[in-house]
Amino acid sequence: MEGLIIPLNHVLIVAALLFATGLAGLMFRRNVIFILMSLEVMLNSAGLAFVAAGAAWAQADGQVIFMLILAVAAAEVSVGLGLVLQVQKRFKTLDMDHAQKLNG
Amino acid sequence: MELILFYIAAAVALFATVFALTRSNAAHALIYLIVSLLAVAVIFFLLGAPFAAALEILVYAGAIMVLFVFVIMMLNLGEEGQERERQRMHPAVWVVPALLSTILLVEMVVLLTKFDGPQTGALITAKQVGMSLYGPYVLAVEIASMLLLAGLVGAYHVGRRFRSNDSDEQSIAKPTPESREVNN
Repeated sequence: MEGLIIPLNHVLIVAALLFATGLAGLMFRRNVIFILMSLEVMLNSAGLAFVAAGAAWAQADGQVIFMLILAVAAAEVSVGLGLVLQVQKRFKTLDMDHAQKLNG
Repeated sequence: MELILFYIAAAVALFATVFALTRSNAAHALIYLIVSLLAVAVIFFLLGAPFAAALEILVYAGAIMVLFVFVIMMLNLGEEGQERERQRMHPAVWVVPALLSTILLVEMVVLLTKFDGPQTGALITAKQVGMSLYGPYVLAVEIASMLLLAGLVGAYHVGRRFRSNDSDEQSIAKPTPESREVNN
């Protein structure tokens, strides 16, 4: 199907709303799993902005950058979840307030 | 008229994200997050990017969320963890971050409403994306492959240390016959 005629402003505002939600979550959650989820939301909103811009100018570049963001998100979440397991093992909690010192 | 579809999908994505990040139970939050990602996939489809929509569902809602599910199952967070999360959710904790990000959001929305941008509506097929990906962007593909390799090695390394630490502690907790002889 053809893409709908949607003003680019509106899509970018949705991306901004999602990004702000992720940013607020990143700041006020202390559980490391929720921090990773907030990062995913923020990366996803950046991808939405790229795809919307690509659709507005009828170029494939937006989707190419979206795929690169996907690769970054996958690499980040695999290392991040490995670190979650380490944090749980070492501190017996997922609360980031207990893992502030660099030396553990 | 068809614009309504976009606004519905956008509202679903926003509410699901807000609910996901304010839950105390990680598994429930994950379900909301998956709903949010599916709604964003609908937006991609409406924007004329079916390939990105398929990738969003396959990689985000499929692979990455399954990783989260596995880790949450491995950690086996109990009731007390949920209770602590609930206590941490009182307004004094979230008012200031919410205020700060709302200020940024308002600035961004004001900027976006002032600029009179183009409209979406072009259909970009997977073929065009592929031609672009393996044409001008082939270097970026190589760099992404290196990044994924680094992520793989990093995750393996962190996970391996996790397991070897575990066996170390077990050997300390239950001394082997030889060490028991030495102790005696």
